[in-house]
Amino acid sequence: MALPRIGVLALQGAVDLHVHALERLGVETVEVRRAEDLARVDGLVLPGGESSTISKLLVINELFEPLAERLNEGMPAFGTCAGMIMLASEILDGHDDQLSFGAIDISVRRNAFGRQIDSFETDLSVIGLPESPVHAVFIRAPVVERVGPEVEILAAVEEGQPVACRQGNVLVTSFHPELSPDLRLHELFIKGMAG
Amino acid sequence: MADLTPGSISRTTGTDLVKRGLADMLKGGVIMDVVDAAQAKIAEDAGAVAVMALERVPSDIRRDGGVARMSDPEMIQGIQEVVSIPVMAKARIGHIAEAQILQALRVDYIDESEVLTPADEAHHIDKWAFDVPFVCGATNLGEALRRISEGACMIRSKGEAGTGNVVEAVRHLRSILGDIRKITTADQAELFDWAKRLQAPLPLVQEIAETGTLPVPMFCAGGIATPADASLVMQLGAQAVFVGSGIFKSSDPTLMAKAIVEATANYLDPDILAKVSRGLGDAMPGLEIGTLETKLSERGW
Repeated sequence: MALPRIGVLALQGAVDLHVHALERLGVETVEVRRAEDLARVDGLVLPGGESSTISKLLVINELFEPLAERLNEGMPAFGTCAGMIMLASEILDGHDDQLSFGAIDISVRRNAFGRQIDSFETDLSVIGLPESPVHAVFIRAPVVERVGPEVEILAAVEEGQPVACRQGNVLVTSFHPELSPDLRLHELFIKGMAG
Repeated sequence: MADLTPGSISRTTGTDLVKRGLADMLKGGVIMDVVDAAQAKIAEDAGAVAVMALERVPSDIRRDGGVARMSDPEMIQGIQEVVSIPVMAKARIGHIAEAQILQALRVDYIDESEVLTPADEAHHIDKWAFDVPFVCGATNLGEALRRISEGACMIRSKGEAGTGNVVEAVRHLRSILGDIRKITTADQAELFDWAKRLQAPLPLVQEIAETGTLPVPMFCAGGIATPADASLVMQLGAQAVFVGSGIFKSSDPTLMAKAIVEATANYLDPDILAKVSRGLGDAMPGLEIGTLETKLSERGW
């Protein structure tokens, strides 16, 4: 099977790091800024960045509606940090006008671990990646406070708070796999794209 | 959740990866200077990725003269209370105590900034000693690498703050990125010479030769006053922009702030740039660099 063509939402944030990670896996990538770009991709990565900014730019660039439609139709998506917030069905502590797609049935609290000085690295056991723990980097990270019945929790921090979840072909993490050389979460997303 | 083994108990904070990582998350965004909570809210509502809390914007510092210092903690905390995006603040060059106070206030990034009056004429802050990340200004690659060797996690061009004149920022960006391009074609022997000429650590020069980029994100600051200015510096290779006086010294800050956010995200799209540049009112008044009594970019070394 030919490798899928994967878009990276390129409105703001660590776009380059995701593109680099996907290219290392030999995947063709497209930076998605407008609806035309979206039409060319089989799946989408929503990167880390400032979720309230990206939410505004989605509207300004007339990308919110087309993207919501693609996600409704079942387009695979992988959201990290801000990307997880945008894919969630509910945002806690969000900006007043902040939008999300509801592509995965979770409630996510923004900046749940505190300010930058509380940002941290740790090793996490992730279901589906049994070989070794994933080295996870959390930056002003969100946390999942509620998961719907269809949602599978793939990893959690000590307090039992989920930080990686999957529902069908939608994968989300509170942390940033794009900041580490470990490509297994990107691979997991690509493998899961077929559904 | 029963079959989830808990993650390792060890959580490490203040690492290089964590500190540089926040800079990565700000890429493609606009960081706005604000002097109070009301301005911070306007900035956040316009789509800023972070705000820089300071007592006076650079153009006022320039006008007022005197010694410019770290902001009042009460003002910084007031801003932290009203916005949920990262809050940065400035410390004077070499002023360790101001930086310690800012870390105690839990600001998200410290700018060791030439816009404030330097406190030490020979030494910048040892930034490795802090858990909060630092951004520093640079006018050329040597200066950028010296700041990185001291622990800076983000570099910004200095430009000439408070002038509304982008020419110095363009000079600094071209100098830094131009030298990076040259280094990528240098042979081993030439790298020794580059390190000597730049007065920069050889390992950092060798790393650039290999990767073709600075080891930390490179943003632009100093003199950006319009959406077109933001697009220009992004096209030249900046990864995000700081806008100081350019927003709150324009005739309609709300409109200007939104326009610069849109222009930075869509810096390669002239149609969008034309649309967002329309009807913004007056940009901040600009100053000719040749007429300045004080060049802030000459502070720091």
